[in-house]
Amino acid sequence: MSSIGLILILVLYVSILFYIAHWAEKRSNSKWTTNPYIYSFSLAVYCTAWTYYGSIGVAAHSGLSYLTIYLGPIIIIPTWIIILKRIIRISRVNKISSIADFISLRYGNSRFLGAVVTLLCVFGILPYIALQLKSISDTFNIVTNTQSSSNIFSDTTTYVCIALALFASYYGTKYVDASENRRGIVTAVAIESILKLIFFIIIGVYVTYFVFDGFSDISTKAALLDHYDKKNSIGGLTEGINWFFLCVLSMFAIFLLPRQFHTAIVENNKETHIRTAIWLFPLYLFLFNIFVYPIAWGGNILFEGKGLNADTYSLLIPQFFNNNVLTVLVFLGGFSAAISMIIVSSISLSTMLSNNLLIPYGFVGSLENSSQKKNNKRIITSRKIAIFSLIILAYFIYRYFILEYSLFSIGLVSFVVIAQLAPAFFGALFWKRGSKKGAVTGIILGFIICFYTLLLPYAIGISSSSSTFLQEGLWGIELLKPFQLFGLDYLEPIQHAFFWSMLVNTMSYLAVSVSFSGNYRERNYAEMFVDIDKYITNHENAFVWKGIAYISDIQKVLRRFLGEERTTRALNIFNLKYNIDKDITTADARFIKFAENLLTGHIGTASAKILISSVIKEDEISLPEVLRILEESKENIIINKKLTDTSNELKKLSDQLKHVNQELIEKDLQKDEFLDTVSHELRTPITAIRAATEILHDDHDEIPDELRKQFLKSIISESDRLNRLIDKILDLEKFKTGKHKIYLSKNDISKTINSTIDSVRQLIKNKKISVVFNEPPQEIKAFYDEERIIQVIHNLLSNAIKFCAPTDGKINIAVIEKDNHLEVHIQNNGKGIKAEEFEPIFDKFYQSKNQNVKKPIGSGLGLSICRQIIEHHKGTIWVESTEGEGATFIFTLPYYNTTENQ
Amino acid sequence: MKKILIVDDEPNIVMSLEYTFKKNNFEVFIARDGQEALDIMNEQLPDVIILDVMMPMVDGYATLEQIKNDARLQNCKVIFLSAKNKEKDIEKGLSLGANLYVTKPFSIKKLVEQVQELIQ
Repeated sequence: MSSIGLILILVLYVSILFYIAHWAEKRSNSKWTTNPYIYSFSLAVYCTAWTYYGSIGVAAHSGLSYLTIYLGPIIIIPTWIIILKRIIRISRVNKISSIADFISLRYGNSRFLGAVVTLLCVFGILPYIALQLKSISDTFNIVTNTQSSSNIFSDTTTYVCIALALFASYYGTKYVDASENRRGIVTAVAIESILKLIFFIIIGVYVTYFVFDGFSDISTKAALLDHYDKKNSIGGLTEGINWFFLCVLSMFAIFLLPRQFHTAIVENNKETHIRTAIWLFPLYLFLFNIFVYPIAWGGNILFEGKGLNADTYSLLIPQFFNNNVLTVLVFLGGFSAAISMIIVSSISLSTMLSNNLLIPYGFVGSLENSSQKKNNKRIITSRKIAIFSLIILAYFIYRYFILEYSLFSIGLVSFVVIAQLAPAFFGALFWKRGSKKGAVTGIILGFIICFYTLLLPYAIGISSSSSTFLQEGLWGIELLKPFQLFGLDYLEPIQHAFFWSMLVNTMSYLAVSVSFSGNYRERNYAEMFVDIDKYITNHENAFVWKGIAYISDIQKVLRRFLGEERTTRALNIFNLKYNIDKDITTADARFIKFAENLLTGHIGTASAKILISSVIKEDEISLPEVLRILEESKENIIINKKLTDTSNELKKLSDQLKHVNQELIEKDLQKDEFLDTVSHELRTPITAIRAATEILHDDHDEIPDELRKQFLKSIISESDRLNRLIDKILDLEKFKTGKHKIYLSKNDISKTINSTIDSVRQLIKNKKISVVFNEPPQEIKAFYDEERIIQVIHNLLSNAIKFCAPTDGKINIAVIEKDNHLEVHIQNNGKGIKAEEFEPIFDKFYQSKNQNVKKPIGSGLGLSICRQIIEHHKGTIWVESTEGEGATFIFTLPYYNTTENQ
Repeated sequence: MKKILIVDDEPNIVMSLEYTFKKNNFEVFIARDGQEALDIMNEQLPDVIILDVMMPMVDGYATLEQIKNDARLQNCKVIFLSAKNKEKDIEKGLSLGANLYVTKPFSIKKLVEQVQELIQ
């Protein structure tokens, strides 16, 4: 394939990525860019070109050890649900934007430690970036069948490098606040992760099923090659130990690599995304490894004895069969893996460089007095330059140092260097005693060991057998042989360096921490880190500080970075959160921590502290005092919680009181209304009586006999009405106040109904109504007060008779047995009742609007009393009706007709 | 002969009123609710209407409103009859335009006197 053609394809591919990043950046809040899958796939930035090509090389040359790089993470990832969540919480509340921030903040916000971590990361990662460039260059040459060029200007990698540097410095520095999410980059990385996996699986399937005849075909043919068995087993104890160390090494890497810290922690915007990542990411790693074996051994079979670079088998095989499309796809997959790593790594390294090295040691002083605009510009420019120079520096390392090493070896060297952060990092999470001195000592000593046993030999040239340093040790001392330090001779160089450096690092970290306790600030942050779950909401409370500080001074500093508007807004939020009067002028510990946090994203933890410290006057606090304050704040939290509980309790009680009061007011109103209605109802018959009596009194001579009789009759009937009314009112009140007792006894419901029907038989006859009672065949017994239930049935029957169809009136009565109660239905064929009246008709004195014009004789209390009686029996009463088709009144009585009650 | 319309849903009260007003030379019409009252009013254009407030269907207040809207009934006197005897009920009745508000129970003799006074 021609160089020009491939370059055109690359340009197209990179443009698409640019576009995706651009698109995602604009939709930073959409669910397309902030979902757990994007998060999980972005973690796969772990799989670099080294994975993509190098694993095959290792599998072809030395066997299974490539697996360890994936086994380590797969083993440790389940613990993410606890550990990663913790790290994310700590980082979120402290606005941490890199691993250097994380470690240095824990050890007392130490500027020096931050710088040490940064330098170590740059040292470890730069060759790693260079390695990615090497892979791009190597594979480009293979695809285009060209030789690597010694001229910088004719080397395609140069241009790729510049393009990447531009892309990363543009998208990676969009926000001054480094702890903000960069959705564009993350989405592009996630897409690349998906693509590289797909392309890798495609080539895997191609080699396994098209070039060969499945896995078994390859293994049968490969078994004939030299050392096949040896390469495909773990081997003995020695190899087992080597395996073990590599697994541990990669476990550390998944936490500590700056790019992993960046994607997993800084770019995490929801804790719950971890839940998807812990299954999806291991699955991803697993899928990536399925086809390593067939491609590696397929290549070994095809190219036996040709001395080709096994790292590039995945390109060489399709090329061997003249499959250009596949070759280009594989190349693009590897290219994706490489550039993802380069971009994310350079962004995270540049943040560290600017926030932990350049600003705190360089121009923090000058930032203090500049305007916000200028400051932000300077910070961003410094990061842009950092990204750019990192990539360019990596380019030169690639050009002049690592041309001859395999992908795998350089990658592991990087891992070992980064692993030096492990004791300080994990100590930060779990051990409160860990101190800054311990961390610094550990990291530096570890690095020195690492330098001696690994970096130096690599620089000299691992293969140069002539070096006396390698063969005989420093100054010819046997024990100082870099690959067999103190006579440890059964570990491979990487594992060997890892073992010794880790041992020295951890031991010195522990020993120094225990021997020299740290200052109060370290102890303070130790508390905040280890007990993060306790401080997750009001973490500013946990910050211990004493001294004199004015809010206005701090505000001035904040404005230089956040601007007027954001500073005011942040202040308001703070005052609201802690319920602080806005007129207060002195700042407390909480405000100082809050202000430091606001600056941290912009300039890193160390510089934030320096800037804030410059405008406040801090009193020295002794360590015991910090411990006392922390203890107090813990107690305060407990007391606070108790107070909150008590106040909640009180609030509940007062709510209940309010509720009861409201009910009382309502009851009182109801009572008034009731009295009103009662007096009205009583006055009506009295009026009739009074009028009739007056006439009889005044005109007793002139009234015709017939009329006199009528007046007298009306007096009698209205007196009766008055009496009935009084009875019913008293009845109802007695039920309501509980003066009426219900005397339950076992009764037969059919018998009760029949005797009630008998009592109204005359009335039925007069009105020519047919009453049908569908008597159940068996006895149904229930516990109820028979006299009261007769009262209910009588009332319902009277109503039914009253409202029956004027001619051909029909009333049906039925008893229905249900699971735990019985229902009595009394149905008439009158005009029916409107749905909106189903409830109110049970109210006192409610007179249906649908009644005949002629007022029916009734007290307006019957149904109300029925409801009282039924409710006292723990039953319910209601009406069902379709207008024009009659109405059915139904009441239930709890059913006691069970065997145990008989 | 003056025409009087008695509107009440209590038959026994109506009976007494009917007897007394007839004796006092009124032409008496009876309605049992507001709707019936409106029908009769339209036909007979009575001089006096005795109106119970609490009635099914169309109540006293609504009936009064109809009367006030009818130009032909401008000179018609309206007397509210009600068991509601609170200050605010009386005020409400009078403010709506009733000429008299009589609370139940009442003296029938006095009522006749008041009606006669009104139409003179």
